[in-house]
Amino acid sequence: MTTTAQRARVSVVDRLRWEIRDALVITKRNLLKYIRVPTLLVFSTVQPVMFVLLFAFVFGGAIPLQGGLDYVDFLMPGIFIQTSLFGSTNTGVGLAEDMNKGLVDRFRSLPMSRSAVLAGRTVSDSARNLFVVTLMTIVGYIIGFNFQNGLLNAAFAIGLVLAFGYAFTWISATIGLAIKDVESVQAASFIWIFPLTFASSAFVPVESMTSWLQVFSRNNPITHAVNGARYLVLGEPWGAMSDVWITLVWTVALLAIFIPLAVSNYRKAV
Amino acid sequence: MSAPIISATGITKSFGDVHALTGVDLEVQAGTVYGLLGPNGAGKTTMVRVLTTLLKPDAGKATVAGYDVVTQAAQLRTTIGLAGQYAAVDEILTGRENLEMVGRLYHLSPGESRDRAEEILERFDLTHAAGRTVKTYSGGMRRRLDLAASLVGRPQVLFLDEPTTGLDPRSRLGLWEFIERLVEGGTTLLLTTQYLEEADRLADRIAVIDKGAVIAEGTSDELKGTIGGDVLELEIADPANLQLAIGAVEGMCCGEATVDELRNIVRVPVETAVGTITDAVRRLDTAGVKLVDIAIHRPTLDDVFLSLTGESVEDALPADDELVTANSRKRSRR
Repeated sequence: MTTTAQRARVSVVDRLRWEIRDALVITKRNLLKYIRVPTLLVFSTVQPVMFVLLFAFVFGGAIPLQGGLDYVDFLMPGIFIQTSLFGSTNTGVGLAEDMNKGLVDRFRSLPMSRSAVLAGRTVSDSARNLFVVTLMTIVGYIIGFNFQNGLLNAAFAIGLVLAFGYAFTWISATIGLAIKDVESVQAASFIWIFPLTFASSAFVPVESMTSWLQVFSRNNPITHAVNGARYLVLGEPWGAMSDVWITLVWTVALLAIFIPLAVSNYRKAV
Repeated sequence: MSAPIISATGITKSFGDVHALTGVDLEVQAGTVYGLLGPNGAGKTTMVRVLTTLLKPDAGKATVAGYDVVTQAAQLRTTIGLAGQYAAVDEILTGRENLEMVGRLYHLSPGESRDRAEEILERFDLTHAAGRTVKTYSGGMRRRLDLAASLVGRPQVLFLDEPTTGLDPRSRLGLWEFIERLVEGGTTLLLTTQYLEEADRLADRIAVIDKGAVIAEGTSDELKGTIGGDVLELEIADPANLQLAIGAVEGMCCGEATVDELRNIVRVPVETAVGTITDAVRRLDTAGVKLVDIAIHRPTLDDVFLSLTGESVEDALPADDELVTANSRKRSRR
C-alpha cells in the first residue's frame, strides 16, 4: 500500500515537473517569435501606445472628472485592462495558426504534457502583456500619469491587470481551438471583447452612460477589474478594495471554467 | 512470424455523415515498410491519426508497439514518430532549434537534445542550413526537416502521412532516398501515399484503401499478380496484317491475343525473359508483318487500382471532409 502510494506521489510530482518543463519549452518558442520578427513586437505595441495618446488628448478635455482628476490618471488603469484583454486575443489566434500549420498535430503526437502547449501559449502572451503594459506606463508618465497610491499598490495593480488578462487568454484559447480558422478567430474575439470593454468604466465614468447601459456596465466584470486597478493606482474614491476581490474571484472562476474547456478542445482538435 | 508491431482490427471512424473508416484491419511486421495506398479521401490520414492517438476510433481495437491506441495513448506516444501531410515545423525557429525543441519535448536533456539535433541534421544533409530560420527553406528542405523531427525520439514505429505530396519530382526522389536510408536501421515505417510509384518503390507490403476500407493487401508483386503478368504490345503498320501478326505471336506463351483495331495494336500475354522481344520480332519478320512499335507492358499498381475500383487513382474523387479540411488549411496558411 505504502509503496503504491509513494509511487503515485512520485509520479504526480514527476508529471508536474514535466508539465512545467514542457510549458517552458513552448513559452520560449513562442517568445522567440517576438525576437525573430521585431516588426510584430513593434506594431503590436504601437497600437496600445497610440490608444493612450488618442484617448488622453482627444477625449481628455471632454470628460470632466470628480475632484478635477486629470483624465490621463483616470485613463491609464482602464487602458491597462483594455490592452491586457485585447492582447489576450492573440492566444486563440496563435493556437489556430499552430493548428493550421500542423504543429499542434506534431505536439499531440509527442509524449509531452497535454496542457503544455496551452500553458506555454497563455504564459508567453501574458509575458507580452507585461511588456506592453510596462511600455504604456512609461508613455503614460511622459504625458503626466502618476501612480498615486504607493509603489507596492502599483505592483499589485499591474499584477491584477495581468492576472485578469491571463484568465481571458484561456477564453481566447477555447475559442481559437474551436473555430480553428485564423481570420475567423480574430474576428470572433473582437465582437465580444470590444463592446464589453467599451461598455465598462475603462474610458469614461459609468455615471456618464445612459441609464440602461449603466446597469450593464456596473455588473460588467471588466468594470470591476478597471475599478480594482484604479483603486490600486489612485486610491479612493476611484474604486474600492471590494473591486479587487471581485476581480480575483472572476479571474479564478474564468480559469476554472475555461482551462478544462480549452484542454478538452485541444485533445479533440482535428 | 512474430507478433505484428502494428495491429488493427475493425477500426471505424465517422465524422457526422462521412464514414471515413468502415472497419479497417491492418497488420504490420516489425522492421518492414508498409504502404497505405489510396486516393484523396480514402481514409488514409484518418487511419494514421487513429494509430498515432490523435483521433479516437468509434469502434475497433488497435495497438502499436504493444500499446493500445486508446487506453495506453501516453506510453504509445513514447514509441512513435509522426510526420504529417504538412511540414509541421516552426518557420520562426531555425532548423536546429526546431529539432532541439522536439528533443526537449521527448524529455531529452538540453545536452542530449543538442547532440541528437546535430546528429540528425547531418543525417538529413541539413547541417549547412541548421542556423537559418525555416522560413528560408525550400519545400523539399522543410519536408526533410519534418522527417528529421519525427526521428528525434528514436521511434520504433514511424508514421509518414503523404511524405512527398506537393514536392517536385527531384525533391521527391531525394526524399525517397532519405526514407530508404532511415528504414535500413530497422525502423518500422507505415507510410500513406496516393502515388503508386512511391508505394511500389518504398513499401514491402501494400494495403490498397478506398472509401474507408482495405480492398486489397499484399506485396507489390502479389497485387500486380492479381491482374495477370506481362503483356507484349505490338503496333502493326498495316491493318490488313493484324490476323497474320496474331498467328505469328500467339504461340509464344500462354494465352490468347487481343486486338485493338482502332489503334492497330495486338496484345499477347508473355513471360518476360531475355530474348522475348527478339523472338517476337523474328516471328513477325518471318510472317512478313511490319511493326511500328513493340513494347513489353508490365502491370503497374495503377492497373491494380483500376481493376479493383474501376477508377484510376488520380480520377477518384476526394471525399468531402478531406477536401474541405485541406482547402481551409491552405486558405488560412500565410
